Amino acid sequence: MATVTYLEAIRQALWDEMEKDEQVFMLGQDIGTYGGAFRVTAGFLDRFGPGRIIDTPISESAMVGCAIGAAMMGMRPVVEMQFIDFISCAFNQIINFAAPNHYRWGQPVPLVVRGPSGGNVHGSAYHSQNPESYFHHTPGLKILAPGTVADAYGLLRAAIRDPNPVLYFEHKYLYRRLKDELPEGDGLVEIGKARLAREGRDLSVITYGAMLQVALEAAGRLEADGISLEVLDLRTLKPLDQEAILATVRKTSRVIVLTEEQITGSVAGEVAARISQDAFQWLDGPVHRLCCPDNPVPFSPTLEEAYLPNVDKLVAKVRELAAY
Amino acid sequence: MAKMGKGWGPLHPQVAEKAEQLAKTSLPRERQLELYHFMKLNRMVEDRLGNLYRQGKVVGGLYSSRGQEATSVGSAYALEAQDMVGPLIRNLGTMLVRGVKPREVMMQYMAKSDSPTGGKDGNTHFGDLKRGLVAPISMLGAVIPVMTGIALAGRMQGKNLVALTYIGDGGTSTGDFHEGLNLAAVLNAPFVLIAENNGWAYSTPTSKQMRIKNIAVRASSYGIPGETVDGNDVLAVYEVTKRAIERARSGGGPTLIESKTFRMKGHAEHDDAGYVPKQQFEEWKLKDPIERFERHLLGNGLAGEEDLKAIAAKIDAQLNEEVDFALASPMPPPERAFEGVYAPEVTA
Repeated sequence: MATVTYLEAIRQALWDEMEKDEQVFMLGQDIGTYGGAFRVTAGFLDRFGPGRIIDTPISESAMVGCAIGAAMMGMRPVVEMQFIDFISCAFNQIINFAAPNHYRWGQPVPLVVRGPSGGNVHGSAYHSQNPESYFHHTPGLKILAPGTVADAYGLLRAAIRDPNPVLYFEHKYLYRRLKDELPEGDGLVEIGKARLAREGRDLSVITYGAMLQVALEAAGRLEADGISLEVLDLRTLKPLDQEAILATVRKTSRVIVLTEEQITGSVAGEVAARISQDAFQWLDGPVHRLCCPDNPVPFSPTLEEAYLPNVDKLVAKVRELAAY
Repeated sequence: MAKMGKGWGPLHPQVAEKAEQLAKTSLPRERQLELYHFMKLNRMVEDRLGNLYRQGKVVGGLYSSRGQEATSVGSAYALEAQDMVGPLIRNLGTMLVRGVKPREVMMQYMAKSDSPTGGKDGNTHFGDLKRGLVAPISMLGAVIPVMTGIALAGRMQGKNLVALTYIGDGGTSTGDFHEGLNLAAVLNAPFVLIAENNGWAYSTPTSKQMRIKNIAVRASSYGIPGETVDGNDVLAVYEVTKRAIERARSGGGPTLIESKTFRMKGHAEHDDAGYVPKQQFEEWKLKDPIERFERHLLGNGLAGEEDLKAIAAKIDAQLNEEVDFALASPMPPPERAFEGVYAPEVTA
């Protein structure tokens, strides 16, 4: 199969679902003629027309609200946030309308909200965020964060077919840096299943998104020192794959949860809490969260580098915990 | 005018002049009596709910639409079977017109197992797409873009439907009012928004929500038609909504209708509305939508006192059964609290 970038995999997944199912349509800002701020929907307007590729006003709340209504009618709307930071403007629609709708009165809302998340591209405070933890707290949502080309493709196709509101956080740092082969067939990836990205013996790194690459690079570097890292890629943040998390803890007994979120109230915190509660007897050391500090995302490259986790910081933490 | 029953005929012109002058309508007598039935049902269901509340049977708050029945009933009556509507907390009449049974609402308010949401949600917060009903959320304005999406989907699916929802005077201050109505306008969605201007948002008078007198003027800033209607004249509400629905259905886009009415009780049953000047209640009491419609029906020879009494008596008997049924429903089993967070996968 063809080698594609992470961004091209997202584009292809959208394209394939729109070809397959005419209920699928998109709402977003500048997604039509312009093809999206990151060109994810380039060429879509010509192929699918303005009835299915809908440029909206700058109204994130109305975009999501409109998608909720259409989803209730059996359509499969996909909303693009130009940057995922702006999802906060649609917070009420997502957490109060979409998320509890099925629980409250039995009406499914098969909706996808997707957009570029994450830092390391010097986007500053409003073009670099990782908003997953705001939504992780809310029952009824599913949250995906692919870290590979195959998952970018397969999880998005699964998200569009899912009967629930799904938030799909793609990482903009990976957009054109990550390249791999597009999977054969429909490439569907089951929502709710983590993936063992690397087998190891000594210590587990549980991670997702762009931090997966950091973990894998650190694993390569540590191998020379005789430290064998296991890397678990969560892929789905909600619902978490409890079994996969506990399985890797039972195997290595030492865990670092590596994410790009601000640390307090993070998904990483939830993973650590579950390990402490359900696998305490297997642990040989404290569960460590390696995340961003509780700062807004800074702009200048030297500041952002200090702020973000990276390979050096992970390697140092692994050595510390391995010696615990 | 349709043939009168029970020996009633056209009145002497001097008597007819004294009748309540409501809006002109093409609705025949039978359908006007149906409107009367629904308004009366709306009020009598709420009276029964008030009794249940005072007996301690209602869980949580009870919200009344007393004085606003004409807006709910008249607007819902203009909808066709395929249309979709999102009623708010003071639109019980809308739900009744769409075929909701009083027992459903009673069980919702009493948090019963057999309520439409099985006890998971209360009051009028339930929907049923088969009957064209979408459940609102408590955050006002949020349903405006949602109903816009329903209108859009209906157009995509070739269903020829119109979506209608409501907002209060206070709710027009939300961001979603602007975002939703603007998006509906830009999409030229088959959508009708009825702003019920009932004078008060909880304890806040309309003058503290906006500096304009007529909410309908806001329509011009979205490039759509706006109309203000006497919200206590059920025929006027019906006619203006009918026009807006027809315009939407024929591709003319959204309309904002402002219905001027008055909330005759507090925000909810616990609230004695002591902040509302007594004089306002007295003025609006004279404009009670049901009494006005009765004067219209009687004064124009469309019904006699006996006809109206018979309608009320029939509703009363029906509500006895509805209350009994609702009271007999058990409370939901505790394990239901954990069911249905996610919608199940549908295998193709």
